[in-house]
Amino acid sequence: MASLKEFRDRIDSVKSIQKITKAMQMVAAAKLRRAQEAVEAARPYAARMSAVVGNLSSSMDGRPGAPELLVGNGKSDTHLLVVASADRGLCGGFNSQIARHARAEVSRLIQDGKTVKILCVGGKAADQLKRVYADNMVDVISLREYKNIDSSIAAGISAKILSMFEAGEFDVCTLVFSRFKSVISQIPTSQTLIPAKDGLAEGVSAPDLGGAAYDYEPDEEDILKVLLPRNLSTQIFQALLENVAGEMGAKMSAMDNSTRNAGEMIDKLSLQYNRKRQSMITTELIEIIAGAEAV
Amino acid sequence: MMAGKLQFSLVSPEKELFSGEVDGVDVPGEEGDFGVLPNHAPVMTTIRMGAITIKDGSETRRMFLRGGFADVTLEGLIILAEEAVDLAGLDTAKIAQGLRNAEEDVRDAKTDEKRAAAQSRLDYARGLSEALNG
Repeated sequence: MASLKEFRDRIDSVKSIQKITKAMQMVAAAKLRRAQEAVEAARPYAARMSAVVGNLSSSMDGRPGAPELLVGNGKSDTHLLVVASADRGLCGGFNSQIARHARAEVSRLIQDGKTVKILCVGGKAADQLKRVYADNMVDVISLREYKNIDSSIAAGISAKILSMFEAGEFDVCTLVFSRFKSVISQIPTSQTLIPAKDGLAEGVSAPDLGGAAYDYEPDEEDILKVLLPRNLSTQIFQALLENVAGEMGAKMSAMDNSTRNAGEMIDKLSLQYNRKRQSMITTELIEIIAGAEAV
Repeated sequence: MMAGKLQFSLVSPEKELFSGEVDGVDVPGEEGDFGVLPNHAPVMTTIRMGAITIKDGSETRRMFLRGGFADVTLEGLIILAEEAVDLAGLDTAKIAQGLRNAEEDVRDAKTDEKRAAAQSRLDYARGLSEALNG
């Protein structure tokens, strides 16, 4: 049977854990607000960008010489899976969700007889995927050193993907990330990056030009050459932002739960402590009374 | 016929900087500057680094862009900028300091990769200070 001191110590330690989770929850809440603003601010650019790409791709349709980034290189033997997750844990099932989604995707592709390569952005999903698919892992890019996600990080990642594509290391590239739907709901999503044509948001149609011909300056091919890499990094940037917002949302609710659990635990322990103290006092009293009667 | 107004939006990856109706916009295109007025013919072009001028009534606003795309449709003009800042809110001293820092970074860069990054920052700082003073 634990002594009173042991109870006190346990209550104290649960209390300090509760303080920490409470602080983490508040930090996550503050970061979430900022991340949410960033996601929403970045959405118009990504949306416009896909509109423009969709526009150009419909005008390039069926023409020879269309860039491989747009229409693919005609093969789909080797798939590159870019798995974006958080770099830190303690955010509930957020990273596991992404890893589970990626695992399902990988096993589906392997069953179809494709070669799969995995590029991880953010270490947490990488840790989980390494257990099963260590041989497929190409690289892990950590985002730990960056305080804020800015577009240059996404540009760096997309440059890496592009150089791999040009070296013929893969045929199709898919991005796995968590779409931020709301604070309590993040949905693991796959999005095709290369060929870009397959990854365009649905419902993007060519704008009504009223019969006027579209002028390209320089011509379509040159514009696409600049536009497609930019589009790639924009999509990655957007995914990273969605991830950060999702991570913070998940962390906030995970830490909220822990804080509440710690509270419950403190109540339970205090009750036990009080009972114990009471019974000790009772025992002492009985002893005193029994002693007095004996005299 | 009343020319109406031009629906113009300027977006950068981080945020939407401008969205609204204006009289016209001057854009530094890759193959030469051009002005966009309401009912401009559809055109899609790349933009070099430089300042755009937004005209509305007697007011003009200048914004500095670091390359991007301009898409003119019947609905209006959309500029997708790689990076954009409003020239009105800028501090000249700060820009000059940024330019000096960038120059130092280029000199101090040890790897080619870092030098290229520093060089592009320097080009940007230089363009920015030219646009501000010019």
